[in-house]
Amino acid sequence: MNNTILEIIRLKKTFGGVIAVNDLDLTVAKESITAVIGPNGAGKTTIFNLTAGFLAPTSGSLIFDNQDISGKKSYEIARLGISRTFQHVQIFPEMTVLENIMIGRHVRSRAGLFVSSLLPYFLRKEESKIQEDAEKYLEFVGLQPVSGKHAGELSLGNQRMVEIARALASEPKLLLLDEPASGLNARETLLLGDLINKIKDTRITVMLVEHDMELVMDISDHVAVINFGQLIATGTPSSVQENQDVISAYLGE
Amino acid sequence: MGTKDYLGIIWFSIILVVTPFIIGNDYYIGILVFAAFNCLSCIGLSLLMGYAGQISLGHAAFLGIGAYSSALLTVKMGWSPWLAIVLGIILAVIMALVIGIPSLRLKGHYLAMATLGFGSIIHIVTVAAVDFTGGPAGISQIPTLNIFGFPINSDVKYYAFIWIIVVIGLFFALNIIHSRSGRALRAIHGSEDAAGSSGIHTSRYKIRIFVISAIYSSIAGSFYAHYVNYIDPGPFGIMHSVLLVTMVAVGGMHKVWGAVIGSILLSVLPEILSTISEVVEGYGIEYKPDYDTLIYGSILLAIMLFLPGGIFQGVGDGFKRLKKLFTRKTSSAV
Repeated sequence: MNNTILEIIRLKKTFGGVIAVNDLDLTVAKESITAVIGPNGAGKTTIFNLTAGFLAPTSGSLIFDNQDISGKKSYEIARLGISRTFQHVQIFPEMTVLENIMIGRHVRSRAGLFVSSLLPYFLRKEESKIQEDAEKYLEFVGLQPVSGKHAGELSLGNQRMVEIARALASEPKLLLLDEPASGLNARETLLLGDLINKIKDTRITVMLVEHDMELVMDISDHVAVINFGQLIATGTPSSVQENQDVISAYLGE
Repeated sequence: MGTKDYLGIIWFSIILVVTPFIIGNDYYIGILVFAAFNCLSCIGLSLLMGYAGQISLGHAAFLGIGAYSSALLTVKMGWSPWLAIVLGIILAVIMALVIGIPSLRLKGHYLAMATLGFGSIIHIVTVAAVDFTGGPAGISQIPTLNIFGFPINSDVKYYAFIWIIVVIGLFFALNIIHSRSGRALRAIHGSEDAAGSSGIHTSRYKIRIFVISAIYSSIAGSFYAHYVNYIDPGPFGIMHSVLLVTMVAVGGMHKVWGAVIGSILLSVLPEILSTISEVVEGYGIEYKPDYDTLIYGSILLAIMLFLPGGIFQGVGDGFKRLKKLFTRKTSSAV
């Protein structure tokens, strides 16, 4: 139990008659990189949406850090220490890169509307602290050169980095990356792999959904294979690659 | 980045102080007092529209709540005007919560629909509840305001008083924008999903900012009642709500300054139009009052088509372009 950060128990999610996640059991070990793979439509993103509170499960439960989080709202889950990125990048295009990352500090700061309305920002200590902290994460992903640019002007690769930095800025215990490599070129994917390893070194657990098998096999400690909303195999990257069920699921035999 | 806004307040204050000396005519100063009421409402509305991305089509109703609270409590109950203003604010807050909580918890533009209905209800009440609100005849003999026994009984005094209130309102609004909460609001506007996953309680922020914008309007309504000393349902209808939205849109939704400029421009515009109409009629061409509506419509259309960021941003971009043009020319000359 102590070595588990996330425990998914008999999780089920149906949309009308479609069963997206079907009695799924899955555990994610602390400070690991766990990849969730599977064919298109297997229910991977649904699992993420359930974990991050974007959807409520039909039945079953999600235990995060010894706490039941099933059915909690996304902002509550974010406060408990789960951050996520999105399959289709969700940044704040009209805000600068630094401001985007400062949003990540939201859960780690307190200032309310009332106090803020009375004092200009340069008289508020917390505001400069937020900026200082955000700059650390900016540096962590290497985006200092574009700090003042509008996030919407960046390349897709850099927008992904903004998203990851924003997620990290909330100091999560668990980071969910939804297809972080999609749309990235080979060089960017390589850098992404390095970054994910670097994140793991800061003792943050990383869970990712990914189609780029080279990346998955390269960085993951554990791989969970999902098909039709069910877990069909789990283990180290090499053991999963040799699993007969996995091969048939991917090749459609 | 935010320092500019605070410098802007200083410049704006200087302009406000100098203006009465330049125009020096009570009639025109009176128009600028009316502009201030609109300006105060529009600052609140721009927080809602430009930063939380929601539209209210019923803000004139909050003006009405403020105005009628002040009028009824001071005239019929003999309350102190300041206490009446506070009660107006409390009422506006309650109303905003009643409308905002159900409609702002949903994604999308449900608030626009809800406020549209709310606006008509308030307007109908002011017209139809004759015993209570005086109906179309309105309420007269609303007392003038006193500050520490010093009556604000002339146009110039009211001008000074109300624009100080506007500048304070502007100061609060700018503080909110340049804060953790303001950033959260802009984030909600950018991507509600991403804001939620960053721990921002999106619906709570939207409701709060709607309440704040209602407070701005309620205060403007109360001060309006004390300025004109007589109110009727006329200025609190849907058309005025739409006008307020137009002011914010014309000035530019994404900046509070846009609301300030838009509200002043459109408040002064009828005067400009009447001057034009006199000139036009001097040439023997008939000018009908309906043409005003036509001109308002054309302005809104033109802004939306050619300057979607509003006049404020449009002028700014124009300057930048000119600057570029000139620097390029000089550099090529060298």
